[in-house]
Amino acid sequence: MVDLIKRAKELLESSAVKVVIGYEQGTGNKTRALFVEKTEDADKLIFDSRCIQNLAAYVTKKEVKEKGKMAIAATLPVMRSIIQLASEFQVNDNNLLVLGITPESNLIEFANLVEVETFVHQYQIEIDARNKEMLDKLAKMTSAERWKFWVDELAPCFKCYACRAACPMCYCSRCTVDFNQPQWIPVPSTELGNLEWHIMRAMHLTGRCIDCDACYNACPLSIPINLLTKRMLVDAKEHFGNYQPSLKGDNLMSTYKPDDKENFIQ
Amino acid sequence: MAEFEPKIVAFVCNWCTYAGADLTGTSRIKYASNVRIIRFPCTGRIDYMLLLKAFDEGADGIIVSGCHPNDCHYTSGNFHARRRWIMFRSLCDFTGIDTERIKFSWVSAAEGAKWAEIVNTTVASIRELGPYTDYKKVAKYPEKEVIHG
Amino acid sequence: MNIDKRLVRKDSLEKLFDILKRNSKTIYAPFTKNGKSTFRDTESFGAISTGYIQTTESAKDIAFPRTEKLLDFSKSKEGMSVKGTDLNDIPDVILWGVRPCDASGIGELSSIFNWDYKDEIYINRLSKVTVFGFSCSKSDEYCFCTSVGGNPGNTAGSDILFTLLGEEGDYLAEIITEKGLAVVDLAQNLFEKTDISGKEKFLAELPVKFSHEDIRLKLDKFFESKEWIEQSLRCLGCGACAYVCPTCACFDIQDEAHGKKGSRVRCWDSCGFSHFTVHTSGYNPRNVQSARWRQRIMHKFSYMPERLSVYGCTGCGRCSRACPVDMNILEHLISIQEVTV
Repeated sequence: MVDLIKRAKELLESSAVKVVIGYEQGTGNKTRALFVEKTEDADKLIFDSRCIQNLAAYVTKKEVKEKGKMAIAATLPVMRSIIQLASEFQVNDNNLLVLGITPESNLIEFANLVEVETFVHQYQIEIDARNKEMLDKLAKMTSAERWKFWVDELAPCFKCYACRAACPMCYCSRCTVDFNQPQWIPVPSTELGNLEWHIMRAMHLTGRCIDCDACYNACPLSIPINLLTKRMLVDAKEHFGNYQPSLKGDNLMSTYKPDDKENFIQ
Repeated sequence: MAEFEPKIVAFVCNWCTYAGADLTGTSRIKYASNVRIIRFPCTGRIDYMLLLKAFDEGADGIIVSGCHPNDCHYTSGNFHARRRWIMFRSLCDFTGIDTERIKFSWVSAAEGAKWAEIVNTTVASIRELGPYTDYKKVAKYPEKEVIHG
Repeated sequence: MNIDKRLVRKDSLEKLFDILKRNSKTIYAPFTKNGKSTFRDTESFGAISTGYIQTTESAKDIAFPRTEKLLDFSKSKEGMSVKGTDLNDIPDVILWGVRPCDASGIGELSSIFNWDYKDEIYINRLSKVTVFGFSCSKSDEYCFCTSVGGNPGNTAGSDILFTLLGEEGDYLAEIITEKGLAVVDLAQNLFEKTDISGKEKFLAELPVKFSHEDIRLKLDKFFESKEWIEQSLRCLGCGACAYVCPTCACFDIQDEAHGKKGSRVRCWDSCGFSHFTVHTSGYNPRNVQSARWRQRIMHKFSYMPERLSVYGCTGCGRCSRACPVDMNILEHLISIQEVTV
């Protein structure tokens, strides 16, 4: 990614930004986040198909934010996350510059977040074929079978909260699970508590999740928790129309329409 | 063995359904006594986690009820609630939580008879479904699963 | 006792499994789900995972479960009644398929649970466990047991250590403890007498990558280093590293109450969480991730050696494999060794 390295150097040299967030080669075959503050470190920046971590998780991290204005190498899911974060007043043009990476792996620069939004809106959020198949399979099960499926899948969860940590939308300084008055979710890993935690997570992400799979990729036990948010995404589309993160819109669950349709309220 | 008596928890709003339930009583309409009513300022204040907690604490069925659309004391609380219910109900369905056991309704302060009917039909349908043993089993202190190959 | 060496034929392992089952032993063995392996109560030999370099989760769960009920309590007119855990309920367990780095981790975990307070439940659980170690014939880039005093054929912590003798699939069984001997007594004919010596050629080769003694000495003057900030900038503050670690012993105690009764439960906790050290007042002495990351390394390589005379790391590399953002402990330890203070 020669363009990215060149641009990162220019931005740092001109003091336009204090830190450039991108990817570098990690250990083994992994890639990982790189925070470039010195021009000479920019040469470590890479980009390829392995770079799937959602770097937007860092723009709300205290230690990173404190460095000053950030530039971020942003793939499509990262750009979507940034728009969602901007709509929730977590980032703005004064503290973040987006160095977009198009699905064709070209560098595209944006003057402001409005331009990022326009770019992002060209692409629909589509659930990939493998997960779609999984969602269909689950839809065909009986309720009891689905219950068993989720209890079994979530039982191994030891609540390391890697899913929460890796999610750009989980930026609360105090998460519901960290409260004990009232204690919504039991602190220990228990079958029901795990289920409650993942239901709550999915509900809090409804209308905000942009389907980047960061939660699933972060899970050390590879529990398919992203299916929950995917299903919410599909249902939200079905009930409330096409959904895209947007700078001006309130998110789906903080708004309503007087004529929202349902068929279960007596 | 005694007949199964369902435990029903009702989450209702202060302004419409709670007043409606009051009317049911003052009108001397008799209805099933299986329901424990919990009063909220507004349906918009009824957190979905409370529904899960109710099952956790042993409820076999749940009623959630508030003002009809456009009648909310706070203008839009029930509209927000409706959106949340739509998504929560579909998430429950997806995770295999029995949505038959959660009844949603609009009951106004004038609908004492409707409240009695909602409670009676809910109790009857939960009686038919039986105790929510699937949920209770999981809510118990975890016993580790054994792998049988 | 002297280590007794026996030969166990390839197809004898399954017979051994069956004999142990017939003697009503509970067997915890690696089981794979979603491509990740953990130790689970297993009834079928065929369900046991094989060929793994390392299981995703460590085996510590067997003596230090992620969630453990300490006592039940209930309140009535007569007052409070409290019922503690019945230590007689703890079953005899065979821990099957443990790698030497995991087995030796049991010793380090035990040193914590026997430090100033003797943890009865942990001690009792562990006393019922017989560890079947399996030496490593392969390693990967995350392994570093040899740098922290272990090795791929280390007998520490195992009651019997099995070493695969090449491609034929037979095993050398080293009977290390009385507990191991008790298992052999149940299946004498499966443990054949042998004159094989020298298992080293069948073990994985793993060069030493740093000196844990040097790290310990270095850390004495490293508390204020900027290195912690550099290393931890990408750390997201989840607990994956601590929860897969064979020696991480931090726990939380919670009362799970329902109405007038409930249970006091012990569950895992992690120093990586931002709320781990929050005081009631709201003050947080480790209020940045770098302070939390420093604690993790200092605890394992400085505080534990100082107080307990053991290192809190067995070089299993699980934390590095599990980390969603590639916080590689080996890489970080090497850079700590190299940085000039």
